[in-house]
Amino acid sequence: MGMDRREFIRLAGLSALLGLGGKGAFEIVRPGLALAGFEPAPKALEGKRWAMVVNMQKLDEATAAKCVEACHRVHNVPDFKNPPDAKLQLPPEIVSRHEIKWIWTEHFHNAFVEEQPMEKVQHLPFLLLCNHCNNPPCVRVCPTKATFQREDGIVMMDMHRCIGCRFCMAGCPYSARSFNWRDPRPYVAQVYPGYPTREIGVVEKCTFCAERLAQGLMPACVEASRGALVFGDLADEKSQVSATLKKYFTIRRKTHLGTNPQVYYIV
Amino acid sequence: MAGNGYKNEFGVFGERPKVPKKLYDAKYVIGGLIVFFVIASFTLWPNLGKTIPAPQPKLETPVILKLKEADRKCVLPKAEIRATHMQMLVDWRETVVRSKEKGAVNGREFVAPDGKKYLASLTNTCMDCHSNKAEFCDTCHNYAAVTPNCWGCHLETGKKLAEAK
Repeated sequence: MGMDRREFIRLAGLSALLGLGGKGAFEIVRPGLALAGFEPAPKALEGKRWAMVVNMQKLDEATAAKCVEACHRVHNVPDFKNPPDAKLQLPPEIVSRHEIKWIWTEHFHNAFVEEQPMEKVQHLPFLLLCNHCNNPPCVRVCPTKATFQREDGIVMMDMHRCIGCRFCMAGCPYSARSFNWRDPRPYVAQVYPGYPTREIGVVEKCTFCAERLAQGLMPACVEASRGALVFGDLADEKSQVSATLKKYFTIRRKTHLGTNPQVYYIV
Repeated sequence: MAGNGYKNEFGVFGERPKVPKKLYDAKYVIGGLIVFFVIASFTLWPNLGKTIPAPQPKLETPVILKLKEADRKCVLPKAEIRATHMQMLVDWRETVVRSKEKGAVNGREFVAPDGKKYLASLTNTCMDCHSNKAEFCDTCHNYAAVTPNCWGCHLETGKKLAEAK
């Protein structure tokens, strides 16, 4: 059963030829099929390190509410407090415990626990959202890689893989993640057609509007903020966020934890 | 060696007593078996001898009817999409949701074999044409007794992504 040197070289050469011309051979056998593939969206906004600056000098209560409303509307985030049907009304303790939030407001002493309280900003509605950390603890603890960091810095959720273990919620120091304790769909007053809802048993959070960036749109909250929120690529020197960060003094939430959050606040 | 056992220097081992070949309480056992099979096959009787017609998924939706005859085709050839649409949808899902993950394919648009490009999206592309889920998806899925869990999250309404204010 041996193979002499000549036979071996002949076989190896033939295999190499077949390997190199594989696609061509495939084309002849079944034309067109090998062409099917994927392309990035043509209008997509591209960045290397997305970041957001919240300008608290421009942000008032009404604008903040508008940002929250815009985000929760386009992402079909349920509102347990004001259900569309009176029959669905939940007791207040359940409402607060089961709350789903992608972006929300908090006072300074709650948002920046370790900072010295500042009289001037004490009662401003600080807009909080997922910080899309450079060193995200939620990604490290996720056992299924349902949450992962994209190359442009966005900490993304893949709901299809989430098993609802809530490790990420324990890992996140910003409480930016919410668990679906109940079926959210009945509590979505007006379903936004372009985006899915979630199911019971998965964790969800802000995704920096990855689906809107792919269409070339700014995040929903940024569009609703009348200039109070600035979003852009930190790696790009000429971007608006870079310029804003150069111009103003900003603070970030819980930097001492080493997560390197990418949402900056001008106070 | 005697019987079915074996023998060594210590004695004879494994010798089993001869059992008469007889079914005890035969009428109860056989009667019980008959009753069991009758009850177990009960749900199959109504369809006995009948042929259940193969499902006919409806293609006549407003969006498809508006298209020209030549444009009325799916993202893949009919036979292929019929056999592999579930695989393709999983591919779409992975590529879209996990695009820009390190080492992943970065893509939102599916390039069909004929070169035409489609937004890879169940709700916004598939359901845009096939807006009749009950008469299209469900007919075959019910016939084949498969329950895909797409609809727990994804909406049935086929509509292009609306611009958010």
